[in-house]
Amino acid sequence: MSRLHVVSGKGGTGKTTVAAALALALAAEGKRTLLVEVEGRQGIAQLFETETLPYEERKIAVAPGGGGEVFALAIDAERALLDYLQMFYKLGSAGRALKKLGAIDFATTIAPGLRDVLLTGKACEAVRRKDRLGNFVYDHVVMDAPPTGRITRFLNVNDEVAGLARIGPIHNQAQAVMRVLKSPETAVHMVTLLEEMPVQETVDGIAELRAAKLPVGSVVINMVRPEMLDPAAVDIAANGRRAAVARALSDALAQTGFAGADRAGLVEELVDPLVAQAREHTERVALERLGRTEISGLGLPTYELELLGDGVDLAGLYRMARELRKQGVAR
Amino acid sequence: MSVTTGDAARAEVNGAGAAGAWANGLDAASVLDIDPVLDNPRTRIVVCCGSGGVGKTTTAAALGVRAAERGRKVVVLTIDPARRLAQSMGIDELDNVPRPVTGIDTSAGGELHAMMLDMKRTFDEIVETHADKERARAILENPFYQSLSAGFAGTQEYMAMEKLGQLRARDEWDLIVVDTPPSRSALDFLDAPSRLGSFLDGKFIKVLMTPAKIGGRAGMKFLGVGMSMMSGPLNKLMGAQLLRDVQTFVSAMDTMFGGFRTRADATYRLLQAPGTAFLVVAAPERDALREAAYFVERLAAERMPLAGLVLNRVHGSGAARLSAERALAAAQALADGPGIPRTPDSSENLDGVGIVDRDSGQTGSRTADDPGTRTPSNTSSPGSGSPQPAPSGDPAPSAPSMDSTARLTAGLLRLHAERMRVLARERRTRDRFTSLHPEVPVAEVAALPGDVHDLAGLRAIGERLAVQTARHDATPAEATADGKGTENP
Repeated sequence: MSRLHVVSGKGGTGKTTVAAALALALAAEGKRTLLVEVEGRQGIAQLFETETLPYEERKIAVAPGGGGEVFALAIDAERALLDYLQMFYKLGSAGRALKKLGAIDFATTIAPGLRDVLLTGKACEAVRRKDRLGNFVYDHVVMDAPPTGRITRFLNVNDEVAGLARIGPIHNQAQAVMRVLKSPETAVHMVTLLEEMPVQETVDGIAELRAAKLPVGSVVINMVRPEMLDPAAVDIAANGRRAAVARALSDALAQTGFAGADRAGLVEELVDPLVAQAREHTERVALERLGRTEISGLGLPTYELELLGDGVDLAGLYRMARELRKQGVAR
Repeated sequence: MSVTTGDAARAEVNGAGAAGAWANGLDAASVLDIDPVLDNPRTRIVVCCGSGGVGKTTTAAALGVRAAERGRKVVVLTIDPARRLAQSMGIDELDNVPRPVTGIDTSAGGELHAMMLDMKRTFDEIVETHADKERARAILENPFYQSLSAGFAGTQEYMAMEKLGQLRARDEWDLIVVDTPPSRSALDFLDAPSRLGSFLDGKFIKVLMTPAKIGGRAGMKFLGVGMSMMSGPLNKLMGAQLLRDVQTFVSAMDTMFGGFRTRADATYRLLQAPGTAFLVVAAPERDALREAAYFVERLAAERMPLAGLVLNRVHGSGAARLSAERALAAAQALADGPGIPRTPDSSENLDGVGIVDRDSGQTGSRTADDPGTRTPSNTSSPGSGSPQPAPSGDPAPSAPSMDSTARLTAGLLRLHAERMRVLARERRTRDRFTSLHPEVPVAEVAALPGDVHDLAGLRAIGERLAVQTARHDATPAEATADGKGTENP
């Protein structure tokens, strides 16, 4: 199975959370995973409730089920550039001189594409790294990657570089990175919600990845809410059986000690808003169904994670990881 | 598709108005009143920033529609709109030119134009405008330029600001509404002038340019020992041909870089001017509001004029006086059956009342647990495959005796409990923000069931944004209907 998992998705879909849950899920049973952050938001540190991550691989969690470990790394473009230069040269003072000249600023900000070269390069280095015995240091590397709109260009940046630098070490390094990214060793996963825009972006994004011959992994549908009522039921509640519903509501609330003398009037005021909420619910469910149909049309493995009503905390993260495992993400 | 504001949602807003609770002290944060900002002829630029997926583009478009219909000549600059939203405004073609939007009510004398940013085109235009013909051709054909301009991270920000400067300079509109790229780096444009400055004043550019200017060995000699030490590695590292491309590019851009800096400085000052209003857009979610706080702090540090926070997709409830706990208890009472007088229609054929009560099998265990923390083990796994369609006439396994009206009512109550939990969470996250930044006025926009992609939908969003009386009601009432201070389950 793949060893580099690139997690992308539209903003607001819970990309970082899903990447973290995936890293936990893949680390179960004594495996070791590295969770990589590339956008400098420190989202991983916040999720794992740890202090700001330095540019250094550091253990942040123990996976459920026996000895697995999750390491995290927040890649810093400037430090990664010095690393990168170090790969080709012993750049002690020369590295500092470059910095003084403003070359590092230039490379990491003014020439923005280079930033992506460094980030993908660093992730691929972690994927390929072996210990003295020749075993991979990390069983899996999970990358919290840029959003859908940028992911293909982000992953393909080394192709562009290889085209620009047609010979020399940069060319070779770029090609080595692209070999990893385009091989079955890599899987790009898309996180989506069952809402129109995220689904559309997911479908478009996957088409782009496929056109660029980048390996698409799976779709993770996040924040799924269970369907509780269907439109026919809501119609009945609003029309034919409104009076009966009001009575049932009144009786049930009486048992909870709601209101008191003026209960009847208050309950009457509750019926319409409750029905209105139910209508919104059924409307949303209908839209979600359309979204699901589109996603299933992609022919990819799909995982679903339920909405955690109170937001994602550490316990929620472990729950999501368990759920992903149960659905077969580690197989 | 539901672009309408939905009667449901409107009823909710109005319905809650009656409840009118405004008791919570934390709610004292001031309310953002957007119309005076849009109407003020001195407001010339509105910048919408915020993290991805919070509805920035929709907000920018809705503000554009509203300002135009209130009589201003508006142009909306969007970065990457959803396809259908772009179509609704007639800007689904990328030609980098503002297009008139039809279907706008122009009776107040306003008009609306919209455009979608084409990064590469904008970059090319800069080159064509500021370099002589031959030099422009050299730049446009340079492979290094071609990949730089095609839009790597960062280029978008520069080009959005460049375009803003251009639109402002044309002075054809009296209000420009700008959407910003969907990432934290959206504020990178604020750094552009100083970054360009430090780069241009730095020696690196000279190292890069000198060999191209003077050529070969002579250049090295000119630069002295220190410099040749750098050019050597650069040459080896990048390959002679790439270094040459970069050098050609940089030297060809040389004259333009100066212009870049001048314009970036001008845009920066423009953004600081009182005629600009920044709006930070967020959704009531932890991450989005944390990003919003970052934007607010950053804008303050740069002395950029912040008008306020637009909080999209806020949930409300017309039945806020009924707490989640009590709703669940009542649903449980209904599920327990006995004790509820049977309603006359309980003998009806119940087929067709589809209640997708997937949780009814575990109702007992659910309410026994803290209803706020449902673990996967006591809910059906959504991942077990296909969505489960409403099983008509398939009674909930644990409650065969429960009549359909009771089940229906219990369903309404459970949905309400869910909604109230969402409300509570949203309020907690919002309060965290307002207690950090009590100085920032906030406008809330109620959630819609579906996406917006026509002018009517944008108009409705604008209306919700502007009419903030409903906002107080989007939060649950603290006092319960039975007169007690707080609800206990």
